[in-house]
Amino acid sequence: MNRRTLLASAAILAAAPAFAQDDPVKAGFIYVGPIGDGGWTYEHNQARLAVEEHFGDAVETVYQESVPEGADAVRAITQMALSGADIIFTTSFGYMDPTMEVAAKFPDVKFEHATGYKTADNVSTYSARFYEGRAIQGHIAGSMTETNKIGYIASFPIPEVIRGINSAYLHASKVNPDVEFSVVWAYTWFDPAKEADAARALIENGNDVILQHTDSTAPQAAAQEAGDVITFGQASDMAEYKPQPRVSSIIDDWAPYYIDRVQAVIDGTWESQQVWHGIDEGMVEIGEITDAVPEEVREEALALKEEIASGEYHPFTGPINRQDGSAWLAEGETADDGTLLGMDFYVEGLTGEIPN
Amino acid sequence: MESINPILLIASIMVSATPILLAAIGETVVERSGVLNLGVEGMMITGAVVGFAVAVNSGSPGAGFAAAALASAVLSLSFGVLTQLLLSNQVATGLGLTLVGLGLSALIGKPYEGMKSPTLPKLDLGPLSDLPILGRILFSHDIMVYLSIALVAAVWAVLKFTRAGLILRAVGENHDAAHALGYKVVRIRLMAIFFGGACAGLGGAYLSLVRVPQWTEGMTAGAGWIALAIVVFASWRPWRVLIGAYLFGGVTVLQLNLQAAGADVPVAILSASPYLVTILVLVIISARGVHGAPGSLGRPFHPGL
Repeated sequence: MNRRTLLASAAILAAAPAFAQDDPVKAGFIYVGPIGDGGWTYEHNQARLAVEEHFGDAVETVYQESVPEGADAVRAITQMALSGADIIFTTSFGYMDPTMEVAAKFPDVKFEHATGYKTADNVSTYSARFYEGRAIQGHIAGSMTETNKIGYIASFPIPEVIRGINSAYLHASKVNPDVEFSVVWAYTWFDPAKEADAARALIENGNDVILQHTDSTAPQAAAQEAGDVITFGQASDMAEYKPQPRVSSIIDDWAPYYIDRVQAVIDGTWESQQVWHGIDEGMVEIGEITDAVPEEVREEALALKEEIASGEYHPFTGPINRQDGSAWLAEGETADDGTLLGMDFYVEGLTGEIPN
Repeated sequence: MESINPILLIASIMVSATPILLAAIGETVVERSGVLNLGVEGMMITGAVVGFAVAVNSGSPGAGFAAAALASAVLSLSFGVLTQLLLSNQVATGLGLTLVGLGLSALIGKPYEGMKSPTLPKLDLGPLSDLPILGRILFSHDIMVYLSIALVAAVWAVLKFTRAGLILRAVGENHDAAHALGYKVVRIRLMAIFFGGACAGLGGAYLSLVRVPQWTEGMTAGAGWIALAIVVFASWRPWRVLIGAYLFGGVTVLQLNLQAAGADVPVAILSASPYLVTILVLVIISARGVHGAPGSLGRPFHPGL
């Protein structure tokens, strides 16, 4: 930054409060992938568009896509705060520390970090209980696999991903005790070529169900090419791959939350909070279960969804042991949110180790 | 732990290596002519989207590859005109080319998201393909795999044995001397840039038509940068480019397969290993003091003097 831009930004900062009343509220979004990824980032961007439509001229939105997690994110978020954003949504786990760092420098800007656990006076966190949807996927996967082998493309070994694996495995093994999970860690959220390679490696190893926790539709394409394999849409419906390989999906619906939070900024009622919504609140939606799924499995899956939504059933209900055989949840006991948010262990029955 | 089928594994490695091999061999020619084009990523993604769109509309993957090569080559010419005729900075212009390619491809690709493309058939080489094991490993790939290897051989032969190759190298080593001898430095470099663009386009189209196969925005996800690294890794020599690309593709696919087979592997280290190897090779070549880099690489050439 040279002296002239420094002075210019200082001038903007100084001038900003004077105009705050008349200006539209500016909402910024930081995305980890391109808005056309067909999955995670696509849904966040749909929610941004919903904010624009809801507020019209009262709100202006800006976004930056494909921002790498880590040091580069600090630059991108700072830039957005300097450009006058009033509220900034940072939409990936890896933005947690960068968000905290930038938030400390801009106490008047509100920050909303997705899927993390660190908060401050001007930093909220929000996430969805994806594990509820994973339970339904696990049920369908365990019921439908013929090879009893289910492949799972994981991104990074963080609690959100580990929760999903555990939930899917518990519900797959409940309907099919012989089921085995192969987990492949891709170490990326978005790399279609690598995701397709991972899907292919799993399919070649005899897995006939592929679950993914990465953001692109590439594993769906690889499964379609292979033929007799089923998959689930991740973060978005991925309806292009209906009715097979994609037999159902988890859809993240962020729009109501984003509209709510931007409204709070307009009203001046915004406060730091930690939000974790599930099927019940509509943040996690289950996409259409296609005809490729046998009717009875479909009905069981929908019944499971109802039980979870009503709070009658918690996907992590004991007895559940940890992978090493030690007891985690006793008969009838349900997991508390604290343990779930920091989950760093596999449940009993899963093979392999979680990489560090 | 289950065993990995080596035949399928080798086939996967070849598919995984081909896009970066195509892009890297093209960039090798560009850099041997003394031009540093950092726009490989942008040209690849342009090839990916144009190849996909044309293949979908025409129903022919062959037409897709041809269109991808042409589109990326034409795009690379904009870099050529800016850097060679208007003498703009090569590094900045190359980075600009990447940005243009990423934006342009997102725009062109919008209607093609979620569509299916016709796939490139595996070649049937008759009795050769039926050979046990060897037939599956060597003689049952799609034509682009063979074409990419043939291209490496051709680039090597042209650079080493032909007068055209000698002139190209002369231009890259010392453009003032080549100019004094009467060679058209700018024209030769424009041709090299065009060739490099076409190769990057083919690599991109291989991603969207064979390796994934679908169009997703931003789908190259850094493959162009890996191709650039491989050129340096290979010290600008064609056969080493082949080794580098297969090593890179190989490690990626091998570690995914090991994980899928349930082997206990240090995933984080294996994921980073291609980059670590590249750094190691760079350290070794700079320690030896012989870089192998063309003498005029990245330097502007002003013919008027």
